[in-house]
Amino acid sequence: MLKKLRRVGPPLLLLAPSLILVGVFVYGLIAANFSTSLTDNHTAAQATGQKPAAFVWFTNYLDLLASEDFQHSLTNLVLYTVVFLAGTMVMGFLWAWMLEKPVKGEGLFRSVYLFPMAVSFVASGVVWRWLLNSNQDEQASGLNRLFQVVGLDVLQNNWWNNVTFGIVAIAIPAIWQLSGYVMALFLAGFRGIPDELREAARVDGASEWKLYRHVLFPQLSPVALSALIIIGHMSLKAFDLIMSISKPANYQTKVPAVDMFVFKSSFDYANAAAVGSILLIIVALVIVPYLVRTNREEKR
Amino acid sequence: MTAAADQLAAPRTMAPPPARRTRPGRYTLARTLRYAALIFFLVVVLIPVYVLLVTSFKGTGDADPSRAWALPQVWTLDNWATAWTALSPAIARTVAVVVPSAVIAAFLGSLNGFVLARWSFRGADIVFTVILFGMFIPYQAVMIPLNQLVLDLGIPTGVPTLILLHVVYGIPITTLIFRNYYATVPHELIEAGRVDGAGMLRTYWSIVLPLSVPSFVVVLIWQFTSAWNDFLFAVFFSSSQNGPVTVALNNLANGALLQNYGVSMAGALFASLPTLLVYIVLGKYFVGGLMSGSVKG
Repeated sequence: MLKKLRRVGPPLLLLAPSLILVGVFVYGLIAANFSTSLTDNHTAAQATGQKPAAFVWFTNYLDLLASEDFQHSLTNLVLYTVVFLAGTMVMGFLWAWMLEKPVKGEGLFRSVYLFPMAVSFVASGVVWRWLLNSNQDEQASGLNRLFQVVGLDVLQNNWWNNVTFGIVAIAIPAIWQLSGYVMALFLAGFRGIPDELREAARVDGASEWKLYRHVLFPQLSPVALSALIIIGHMSLKAFDLIMSISKPANYQTKVPAVDMFVFKSSFDYANAAAVGSILLIIVALVIVPYLVRTNREEKR
Repeated sequence: MTAAADQLAAPRTMAPPPARRTRPGRYTLARTLRYAALIFFLVVVLIPVYVLLVTSFKGTGDADPSRAWALPQVWTLDNWATAWTALSPAIARTVAVVVPSAVIAAFLGSLNGFVLARWSFRGADIVFTVILFGMFIPYQAVMIPLNQLVLDLGIPTGVPTLILLHVVYGIPITTLIFRNYYATVPHELIEAGRVDGAGMLRTYWSIVLPLSVPSFVVVLIWQFTSAWNDFLFAVFFSSSQNGPVTVALNNLANGALLQNYGVSMAGALFASLPTLLVYIVLGKYFVGGLMSGSVKG
């Protein structure tokens, strides 16, 4: 017993500060948040503890999921995530595929494609708010004006002011910012494939397509999965872009993260907490299997 | 993780595949198309940069939408001056948040990474997964009680709170990066220490820590960039009076007065310069941090 303690003790002691912090700030707060979401804590008086809050089971969740307003947010989140994922994966793969062969000035292309990643969503939102200005024709500025200049007037549209697809406009700056990241992941993936593998396929007379289909794609699929997880989880960052491009009060572009902010600002803590828990459940459904799988693979 | 970064930075072998040499015509066409596409995307990616720069030098005389994409008629520095006056205090506060939080989170991550990779014990993998999960949670799921906790602890909003939050929520990723790095340190080095009778702390201090410089650079850059660009914690736990530059910029860009794009674009440039500089000067390490985001590295 004492021997075991001596072996496990010191490492656990060294981990202790981090474990306590993560335990309290991640797991403890998730539990506390969940418990708030089960109360009727909807007013400032309750939020500050001047009036007691009552336990109401899952009423807040049911009300939220039944409200058209919140359904619109969820639909927006799905639409945004799909477009954002498809856009970054396609662009990122295309760029990596083009740069994977010997190219003059490769470093320049790579650096430029990747640089938007270093900028905050808030700063890029300033420019994209201008670019995605919904004015058209005479009054047009931003991309709508650019479309006129290059003779593509038909492409003019009202961007994030469209009720159904406005959120897709918000995905454009996000794709601009993160495609380079996916490119970097794929480039590393390409470079991890041993040259002998390609040579062997060529010697066997495999066509370019077959080489990709049977040799390169299977080798790249773990990279693609990592990219999907990371990028998919970043779709929650839509919050920053929406706050700086279209504003939280804008119905067209709202997502659950924005609702949460609005609830919090109006001291409706119960609903804010419920929205937070819903987001956590959505993320956990994807992340937990991924973490478990990674953990199991490492052991092999 | 560093292996991936090295692969990315490694020079490419320039020999073209032999099969292609026999068909020079097709080869040239494919190559021309590839360069055309690469340059097209280069221009597209740089469009926002053009807008940012050009608009930031425009005066009110250039406000007409028909001149939206034109160069300024009169180049002026007024926007830059206004933006600097508005943002410089916030930039100073951002530095005050980012530097200590990056250093503390990196140090904690290094300790954790060492223990989990090299001084392991039964169940270490589970402990690691438990820590790692913190990296993926949507912070919205902790915001409401976090607000209460910070109030109860009596930590003032603004800089002190944000330092604490960036340290705490930075622990998972810093642990991940260091753990992956230490896993590549040869066993013999650490065993040698053990044979010499060095304890865990001695081994960490005199053998592992000196080897960790590259990882520290990657982690510090990662923490610096993500804390500098953070908006979510900033908007919940600070105001434009005591908060970092993202909040101040958002306030400037959506000011109560009429929207002045010239000023907000100059401001956006100020707010982005530090991270862009890091990216340009230390690009290789920056990419290293990005790679480590993919759990297996």
